[in-house]
Amino acid sequence: MISDKKIIEVKGLVKDYGELRAVDEISFEVYEGEIFGLLGPNGAGKTTTLEIMETLREHSSGEVLIDGLSVDSHKDEVKKIIGVQLQQSGFYPNLNLVELIHLFCGLYNIQASAHEILRKVGLEEKANTIYNKLSGGQKQRFAVATTIINSPRVIFLDEPTTGLDPQARRNLWDLIEDIRKNGTTVMMTTHYMDEAEKLCDRVGIIDLGKIIAIDSPNNLIDKLLKGGFKRSEQVKHASLEDVFLSLTGKELRDE
Amino acid sequence: MNKKYSNIRAMLAIAKASLRSIVRNPSSVVFSLVFPLIFIVVFGFIGGGRSSFDIAVTKNSDRNNPVYQSLSQVSSFRITDSEDDNSTIQNLEKGHFDAVLDIKKNPEGTFPAFSVEVKTNKSTPEKSNLCKLILAQVIDRVNSKGQKPEMQVVEIKETDVQGRLFKTIDFILPGQLGFSILSAGVFGTAFVFILLRDTLVIKRFFATPIKRKYIILGEALSRLIFSISGSIIIILIGHFFFGFTLVNGVVTVLNMLAVSVLGLLVFLGFGFMVSNIAKSVNAVPPIANLITLPQFLLAGTFFSIDNFPGWLQPISRALPLTYLNDALRKIAFDGATIFTLPKEMLILVGWGVVVYFFAIKFFKWE
Repeated sequence: MISDKKIIEVKGLVKDYGELRAVDEISFEVYEGEIFGLLGPNGAGKTTTLEIMETLREHSSGEVLIDGLSVDSHKDEVKKIIGVQLQQSGFYPNLNLVELIHLFCGLYNIQASAHEILRKVGLEEKANTIYNKLSGGQKQRFAVATTIINSPRVIFLDEPTTGLDPQARRNLWDLIEDIRKNGTTVMMTTHYMDEAEKLCDRVGIIDLGKIIAIDSPNNLIDKLLKGGFKRSEQVKHASLEDVFLSLTGKELRDE
Repeated sequence: MNKKYSNIRAMLAIAKASLRSIVRNPSSVVFSLVFPLIFIVVFGFIGGGRSSFDIAVTKNSDRNNPVYQSLSQVSSFRITDSEDDNSTIQNLEKGHFDAVLDIKKNPEGTFPAFSVEVKTNKSTPEKSNLCKLILAQVIDRVNSKGQKPEMQVVEIKETDVQGRLFKTIDFILPGQLGFSILSAGVFGTAFVFILLRDTLVIKRFFATPIKRKYIILGEALSRLIFSISGSIIIILIGHFFFGFTLVNGVVTVLNMLAVSVLGLLVFLGFGFMVSNIAKSVNAVPPIANLITLPQFLLAGTFFSIDNFPGWLQPISRALPLTYLNDALRKIAFDGATIFTLPKEMLILVGWGVVVYFFAIKFFKWE
């Protein structure tokens, strides 16, 4: 599923805000068909890095290539092959989902069936609902839907599951997996380590603007254990979340 | 993917979305359609006219006589000295003057010593009669100072001219149209732009291939369509239900719409400026009101600027809405066109240049 073709190449990326260096010589690659997670505490530079890759922010030095196209010299070309979900983004007010999809179709200059796209994210029944009347999980699923309208090569998701209940989170994971199965590379950020562990093929951990570790979640855990790390408590074979889901079911709730 | 990307297509998608959003937003519909129509209905039914009279005195009239002096003491008479009698008569026909007086001094030693010729507008018989009645009283008083009846100082000659009736609606409707355009331009734009910025809608647009200026153009286009449709509705309701005068029919409407577009563009600029100044949605109403309220009150929306005290008039004469209102009135009632109103057009364009200079200079995308 994951090819050895590099779809994203970040080389020596730097972003300065005056005296503050928000992104400090970051380099990494993402392969086609991969789900890559950028992890890190608040203010580490995740969103800034993501926004530079999304062509939404200028950078101070270094290079970012998306499918071989530089975000500096081929901005418009890059925009055509990426899909973007912004952290806590809203949508045009007073419009229903079909109308919003049509808006994006116009913005991307493409013809697409709104119902087909909504069906992919399980929102077909909400086609004529105003965006603001959706539940949190539905809103996030819709935001993800807008990233796949232009059949992009790469989609960027910035904390897509923040604030969702466990059922809605799992539902969104399935959706992200589905999108990847169709050949789209996924670049995402998250604060939830269980999410990264479950979803991401590889993760980059970023702190104070630098990448301090990059590997698959499994390898990172193994490395830590080899160093003699031990949890202070004996690990049980189920978590509280497992309890919650077995009691309330995995069925998605429409709040 | 091989086809060339069309910013126009993307812009039209934004315009369509924006127009839908505006139409579904109750406050934009209330401010640009319902409010103006309520005022038009109220004033349309009240009808009636001004309680004062505009009197013109012909250029060659004798002014050194008791009649002229007494006239200027009548509080309900507003006396204008004519500089061009032909245009004065035209203004009488258009209803801008209620009467035109020609005061002649007769040859020395003949009686009566003065004769006054009164021209009034036939289409306003009540007003003309009232005017003549007051005039007769004035002249009676002058005459009674002379001792004998044969020593009458003044005689009156009356003639009527056929003219158009300048109704209250002819004053009110253009003012309401101007107000509707002002509020759509300023409030509609300022609120929506801050909202779109705060909720990252514009940022999400940036992640698509559309060029930034086409986002603005799309938004402007939707407001243009909304406002012009609103104007057409207001004009038609005014014309068919309240007898609003459209001197040259469709040509007049087209000219009114052309001026409205110019006015809207200027006020859109104000709206962009407010959205740049205001830090949040909550800061919009005070700033936007600071721009709209003075114009609403002082730009001759409800009352003619001529009725304002002298010190206030220069302020009124500085506001863009004043010239939009004036232009609309002159087009509707006097049959002017956008080409015969260079003063109003230039002042509006001038305001546009100033406003857009600041709007562009301080424009904030995020």
